[in-house]
Amino acid sequence: MRKAFPMAVVAAALLFSESGFADSDMQTLQQQVDALKKDYEQRIAALETRLLKAETKVNTQTLEVKSARTSTITSNSFNPAVSVILNGRYANFDNDPDDYELPGFSLGGESGLGSQGFSLGESELAFSANIDDKFYGKATIGLHNDGGSTEVDLEEAFIQTLGLGNGLTLKAGRFFSAIGYLNEQHTHTWDFADAPLIYRGLFGDQLKNDGVQISYIAPTEMFLQFGAEIMSGSSFPGGGEDNGIGASTVFANIGGDIGIEHSWQLGLSHWQANDIEGRTSGGHSHGNVGTEETPSFDGSSEINALDLVYKWAPNGNPSNQNFKFQFEYFDRQEDGGITMLNSGPPLEASSYDGDQQGWYAQTVYQFKPQWRVGLRYDELDSDNSGSDADVLAEAGLDNEGLKPKRFSAMLEWLPSEFSRIRLQYNRDESYEQADDQLFLQYTMSLGSHGAHQY
Amino acid sequence: MFYQWVKKIVLIMALTMPFYVQPSYAQINVFACEPEWAALARALGGDAVKVTSATTAMQDPHHIQARPSLIAKMRRADLLVCTGADLEVAWLPLLLRKSGNARVQPGQTGYFMAADYISLLEKPTVLDRSLGDIHAAGNPHFHLDPSRIALIATALADRLAKVDSANELHYQTNLQTFNQHWQQSIENWKHRSQSLRGKRVVVSHNSWVYLESWLGLHQVATLEPKPGIPASSTHLSSVLGKIQQHPADMLLHASYQSDKSVVWLSKKTAIPIVALALSPSEGESLIIWFDKVIHQLLSVN
Repeated sequence: MRKAFPMAVVAAALLFSESGFADSDMQTLQQQVDALKKDYEQRIAALETRLLKAETKVNTQTLEVKSARTSTITSNSFNPAVSVILNGRYANFDNDPDDYELPGFSLGGESGLGSQGFSLGESELAFSANIDDKFYGKATIGLHNDGGSTEVDLEEAFIQTLGLGNGLTLKAGRFFSAIGYLNEQHTHTWDFADAPLIYRGLFGDQLKNDGVQISYIAPTEMFLQFGAEIMSGSSFPGGGEDNGIGASTVFANIGGDIGIEHSWQLGLSHWQANDIEGRTSGGHSHGNVGTEETPSFDGSSEINALDLVYKWAPNGNPSNQNFKFQFEYFDRQEDGGITMLNSGPPLEASSYDGDQQGWYAQTVYQFKPQWRVGLRYDELDSDNSGSDADVLAEAGLDNEGLKPKRFSAMLEWLPSEFSRIRLQYNRDESYEQADDQLFLQYTMSLGSHGAHQY
Repeated sequence: MFYQWVKKIVLIMALTMPFYVQPSYAQINVFACEPEWAALARALGGDAVKVTSATTAMQDPHHIQARPSLIAKMRRADLLVCTGADLEVAWLPLLLRKSGNARVQPGQTGYFMAADYISLLEKPTVLDRSLGDIHAAGNPHFHLDPSRIALIATALADRLAKVDSANELHYQTNLQTFNQHWQQSIENWKHRSQSLRGKRVVVSHNSWVYLESWLGLHQVATLEPKPGIPASSTHLSSVLGKIQQHPADMLLHASYQSDKSVVWLSKKTAIPIVALALSPSEGESLIIWFDKVIHQLLSVN
């Protein structure tokens, strides 16, 4: 039917045309007819679409179930998602936790064992929301007890583009660096009560900083991500705030599924700070920094990291049973000098050539919907050198002929998605005197439903 | 040494790039959160769409991990088709944020939430987590109601036409075909399921309200004391007591769930178990899946 009309026009045209028509006239006529035909075909197609739509509408209107927009709008609807993490623990250490050291690594940042007995872990208050159709924002405020007073720490405060397109995402503000695997995850989502030793030794538990991050996801079947960060580098293990750009990171992740039950991700990352000035370490010495001898590092630092995660779940359904294996390796090379602040006069100083490595491997098995068990092994190694061995030793950079090690086991009970109670045992051989450590910890989340990172 | 290693790996990745970089097709990529929407998108899209489902019928759609493969799929999606109503709240927002894909972000043409086109049952009046993992918008398992599916089909065909306007006629034609078959099937199911009206059922998770209201089943107990909370032995024995007083006709549970408590209860009471697939299996059409569900329910009588 669709072609009948143009055909008729052509037939009529042919019928009435005399053979006296010139070829060019024929062609013009032919073109006109073609145009006419095309035009009609388009109109008919449009009409058919409209007809179909109308028919469908009638069909659905006869149904009993009414379509209704479910969202109701109240003045609170646009409030950001708010969540509170409550954390508390009971810890028992055989050794005095204040004696803790990690030979060959100068401890900084938040590192340390924390206090013996009952203590409130870090409580977290997080706000997040899509700001508009272009940006997402999140702020996390950490509250922790420190010598009787409550300290407020702005853990994260960043904005991030939402669908910049072409797989690109930009992030700016304060955020956890994409180095390694565990670093980007909040402590309350970790599978053990404490950080891996290498995180403690290199980052003071976690590397966060102020800066910008760009990441790109390739349009491939396999997950392929590349990214870079430029950061002020002012916080540990960077240092020195005199210039705007203190540290930078590049990272790449590749991952995918193997069948329905297995998934994996492999990551490589590199962190670098070329002009560290006055990075102080030596534990979390509060109050008496002014008088104690404190090692201070000037120079350059470079970290390379490899991480691998593998997960399994029967039928790919992790809610009843699942298994996770995680491995990370870090290598740090540093070049510069160490000065002992508040020493002397004259100030004690040494050149410093740092060579530190470490890895950990852990497995977690959820054997029942509410129960998980986990094992972890940590090992570090260092071979630092400098012009004055005594200064290095005083700074904690002499490995004392040791390779710090730790073995951990944990058992978790998860009454719901929002609560967790964990029992953990560590055989900690971080330093000469081996320590038996026991933790009983609760972690609860209130408020909005957080999303779980891979 | 490590650095050289890194360089080597980057080099290998660059050299093998042609093997895992897929050429782009004219088909549009549809990312369905659950198999039912994948089946619907296939029925309406035909050859014009390439559909992937983030989950299978054997997976709990509440608890999926934001796996790297899913981020890669979301990155390439032209249209996202999900249940909505907070069913995917634990993983979908994260996938969307990580994807760097502008087309499927909330509010864009490529973002389709089925819950926006129908009304939901069991919208809670009180929101308190002591009541379990409840959904503020209402019960999100509405794909078990054929008349709601019909409404969603119309909305989805419209959306496909918006995303891929060149194939508008194709989608409308497919919708009409789908609707014809669907209405016939509904009549057929209605007719076949007459004997199910008024049957008393015990369910493990509250995923069946739409099926119950459609088929006239009467839910007498839930094995989960609260949504998302596994059954405790005390709760199970109270359910047992209830059933012994007022017997039920069958125990319904989703095949992806652990069947431990239903098996226990069935042994105690001799009530038959019906393990239903909550979603179609891979490549299965919605009609075949509903047929199976009705068949299974009828087979215990």
